[in-house]
Amino acid sequence: MSLLVVRGLTRHFAGLTALRDVSFEVAQGSITALIGPNGAGKTTCFNVIAGALLPSAGTVTFDGADVTRLPPERTCRLGIARTFQIVRPLAGLSVLDNVTVAALVREPTVAAARAQALSVLTRVGLEPKADALASGLTLPERKLLELAKALATGPRLLMLDEVMAGLRPAESMQIVAAVRELNAGGITVLLIEHVMRVVMAIAKTIVVLHHGEKIAEGGPDAIAADPRVIECYLGNLGRKK
Amino acid sequence: MTGRQQAAAAAFLSVLAVLPAVADDFQLSVLALIFLFAYVGIAWNLMMGFAGQLSLGHALYFGIGAYTVAVLAGKYGITPWLGMPAAFALAAAAAALVGTLGFRFAVRGVYFALLTIAFSEFTRIAFEHWDFVGKTGGFFLRALGPDNRPLVSLRGGATFFYYALLVTMVLGWALSAALVSSRLGYYWRAVREDEDAARAIGVPAFRMKVAAAALSGGLTGIGGAWFGLLGGSLFPETVLGMRMSIDVIIAPIVGGLGSLYGPILGAFIVIPLNEFAKELAQHFNVNGLNFLIYGALLCAIVLFAPHGLWPPLARLLRLETRR
Amino acid sequence: MLELYANVVVGGLLLGAVYALIATGLNVIFGVMRMVNFAHGELVVVGMYTAYLFWKLTGLPALAALPIAAALLFVAGYAFQRLLANRFVEAGQHVQFILFIGVALMITGAHAIAFGPDPRPIQGAAGFDVYRAVFLRLDAVRTQAALFALALIAALWAWLKYTLTGKAIRAAADNLTGGRAIGIRIPHVFAIVAGLGFACAGAAGALVAPLFDTQPYLAGDFTMIAFIIVIVGGLASLPGALLGGLLIGVAEALAAALVAPSMKSLFSYALLALVILLRPQGLLGKRSALG
Repeated sequence: MSLLVVRGLTRHFAGLTALRDVSFEVAQGSITALIGPNGAGKTTCFNVIAGALLPSAGTVTFDGADVTRLPPERTCRLGIARTFQIVRPLAGLSVLDNVTVAALVREPTVAAARAQALSVLTRVGLEPKADALASGLTLPERKLLELAKALATGPRLLMLDEVMAGLRPAESMQIVAAVRELNAGGITVLLIEHVMRVVMAIAKTIVVLHHGEKIAEGGPDAIAADPRVIECYLGNLGRKK
Repeated sequence: MTGRQQAAAAAFLSVLAVLPAVADDFQLSVLALIFLFAYVGIAWNLMMGFAGQLSLGHALYFGIGAYTVAVLAGKYGITPWLGMPAAFALAAAAAALVGTLGFRFAVRGVYFALLTIAFSEFTRIAFEHWDFVGKTGGFFLRALGPDNRPLVSLRGGATFFYYALLVTMVLGWALSAALVSSRLGYYWRAVREDEDAARAIGVPAFRMKVAAAALSGGLTGIGGAWFGLLGGSLFPETVLGMRMSIDVIIAPIVGGLGSLYGPILGAFIVIPLNEFAKELAQHFNVNGLNFLIYGALLCAIVLFAPHGLWPPLARLLRLETRR
Repeated sequence: MLELYANVVVGGLLLGAVYALIATGLNVIFGVMRMVNFAHGELVVVGMYTAYLFWKLTGLPALAALPIAAALLFVAGYAFQRLLANRFVEAGQHVQFILFIGVALMITGAHAIAFGPDPRPIQGAAGFDVYRAVFLRLDAVRTQAALFALALIAALWAWLKYTLTGKAIRAAADNLTGGRAIGIRIPHVFAIVAGLGFACAGAAGALVAPLFDTQPYLAGDFTMIAFIIVIVGGLASLPGALLGGLLIGVAEALAAALVAPSMKSLFSYALLALVILLRPQGLLGKRSALG
C-alpha cells in the first residue's frame, strides 16, 4: 500500500527544468531513498512534496488525498514532516522551545506540547541540551534537533534531506540507528542521501534522479548493478557524448 | 517572572499606586502620558517583535481609534465603554488589511515600512478633507460639565486619567506577557526566527503574522482613543501624522525591543525628556529643541545601545529573565 | 481649457525634473548601498537654507549658490558615510531607519533653532519672469531650475558610466562581494556615493529655494517624494528616477489643479502603495535589483 504517490512531477524555473515527469511511490512502512548526482532535483522534489514549492505539472497524493497544492504547514499537519539539507534551527529559541513549537501541531496545550517535546528530545538523546540556545549547538547536535523537530510533529512520512552530510561515521551511525528504530515503530521514511553506505544499508527501495528525470528505481542490488546509474555518477568514461 | 522581577514589579506598582497623593496635576498628567506611550509602545512591539516587520505607519491605527471613540461620544453620545471596543475593532481591521496586503505580496523591510507610511499618510490627507470629522479644523469633544461622571464618560481630571492609563498600561503589559508564553507566542517567535522553517513544522505563518498585526493595531487604537479623551480634541495632522508614528516607536526603541519592559523604560525616559525640551524651548524662545534632542537620543541609542537601555539596566539591577 | 492643462502639465514637468534630481541622489545611495536614507529631505532643506543664506548675504540669485550647496553636501556626505554610516551598511534595515530618522530629526531641529520655524522666501531678480512659447507660459525660475537639474542628472549619469570611479560604483552596486574581491576600496567608494547622493539633494535644494518658502518642516515631504519616485521609477535605475520624477511632478500638478492643492499627495501615496504591492521593482527597475 502506497503512502505517498508522486505522478508526473514537473517543475520549471526560469531557464532550467529541475524536475521532468518524475513518478514514484513510497510504500507504507518502508524506507525509500532518493539518490542522484548534485543538481539532480532531489531537494526540489522534496520541496514540491512538502508544499514549499508548487509543481509546474503533476500530482502528489498522500494516503489517498491530493496534497499537490497544499502549503507546508498543511502537509505537516496531515503527517508529512521534512528536514532541511542546511539545517534551520530557530536560532534564538532554546532547544526545548524549538521542539515545543513543532509539538504544538498535535498537542492542544502548551504544557502538553512541552512534555511531548521533552520526550522526543530524550528519544534522540538531546535532553541534556534542552535549555541551551539552538544557535549554540554543534553540527551533529543541530542535526538531531532538526530530526527532533520533525518527529515532534507526529509524522507518518518522515522526509530526511541529506541528514548525514557533514557527520563523522560514528555520528551518522547514531542517526541510522534512530531512523531504523523510528521505521520499526511505524514511520515511513523517504530520505535523500549521498552516503551510499547508508543508502545501501537501510533503504528497501531506491529512486535515482538525474538532471530532473527518474532514471532507475529498484532494490539496492538492482540499482548498484544498473549501468545507467553507474554512468550518471561516473560520467561517460571513454564514450562520445 | 523571576522572584526578583516580581518583587521589583510589586514595589514599582505600589509606588505608582500612591503617587497621586504627593504629585501635582501637571506631574500626574505627564505620568499619564508616559503610561499611554509605554502601552502603545508595547502594542507596537507586538508587530515588530512577532510579525517581524517595522511599521512606520502606526499613526493610522492610533488615529482611527482616536476618531472612533471621539466621534461616537461627541456626535452620538455613545459612551466610550462601547466606543473602545469599536475603536479596537476598526483599528485591528485596518491593521489586518495592511498586514494581509503586505504579507500576501511578500513586502519586506523598507518596502513594508514605506507601505505602512503610504496607508497612513493617505488616510491623514483623506481625513483632512472629510467634513464628518471636522477636516483640518479638528474634532472637539464637548467640555466637561460639573455633572461629569468620569467612570461613565471616561474623561475627568488629572488623577482620573493617571489611574485609567496606569491600569491600561498594566493590562497591556499583562496581555502581552500572557501571549508570549501561549501557543500564539510560541508560533510568533518561531515565525520571527525563520518563517520557512516554522511553516515546515506546522506553523500557519501567514495567519500568525496577520494576527500579530491586527492585535498590534487594535491595541494601538485603544491608545489613540485615550489620547483623544485626554486632550478633548483631534487633528489629522496630530493623530494620523508621521510625527505620531515616530512618537509611537521612540519609547520602545530607546527602551529596547527584546522585552516587555523596554517600552515602559523607554517611555519613562522619552516623555519627561520631551517635556524638559519643551520647557527649555519656551524658556529660551527656541523652536525645535525637542526635535534635536529626540534625534540625538535615537542616534545615541543606535550607536551605543542598539538593543535599548533596558538590557544593561536589567543586568545592573539583576532583573534579567533567566532563559 | 487645453491651454490651462497644458500649462499645468508643463509646470509639473519642470518641477518634476528637480524632483528627479532629488530622487537620483536617493537612488544612488539606496541603489548602491541599500541604505535607507530617511534624512534625504532634510538634506534638500540644508541646500535650501544654504541658498537662502547666500542670497541674504550677497544678494545674488539662489542659483549662484548651487555649487556651494553641492560642494558642502558632498563633503558632508563623504564624511558622514566614512565616519559613521559605513558601519551600518550591513546592519539590519530597521537599525538604519532609526539612525537616519535620528539624523533627520537632528537636522530639522537644528534648522528650527537656527532659523526659526517661519518660512523664508527668496525674492530673485528673475522672480516673476515668464518665458512664452506658443500658448505655453513657462515660469522663468522653474525653467532654469529644471534645466540645471537635468544638466546635473546627465552629468552624474555620464560620470557613472565613463569614469573609473563611476564604473567601480556600478560594479559595487551590482555585486558587492565581487567588487571587494577585485580590490575596489569599498569604504571609499561608498563614501563617494554618499557624497554624490547628498550633493544631488543639496543642489536640488538650491534650485528649489526660490520656488518654495524655505522652512524646516518641508523636509518630510521631500523625503517621501524622493522615496515614492525611486520606488515608482525603479530602484537602481537612473532613467527610472528621471521618469518617476517627471511622472510624479505632473501627477501632483494635475491633482492640485483638478481636485485641490492639499490633496495632491493622495495620488502619489496611492501609487506608492500599488507599486509596492504589484510591481515593487518599479517601472524601469529590474526584479534582480530587489535582492
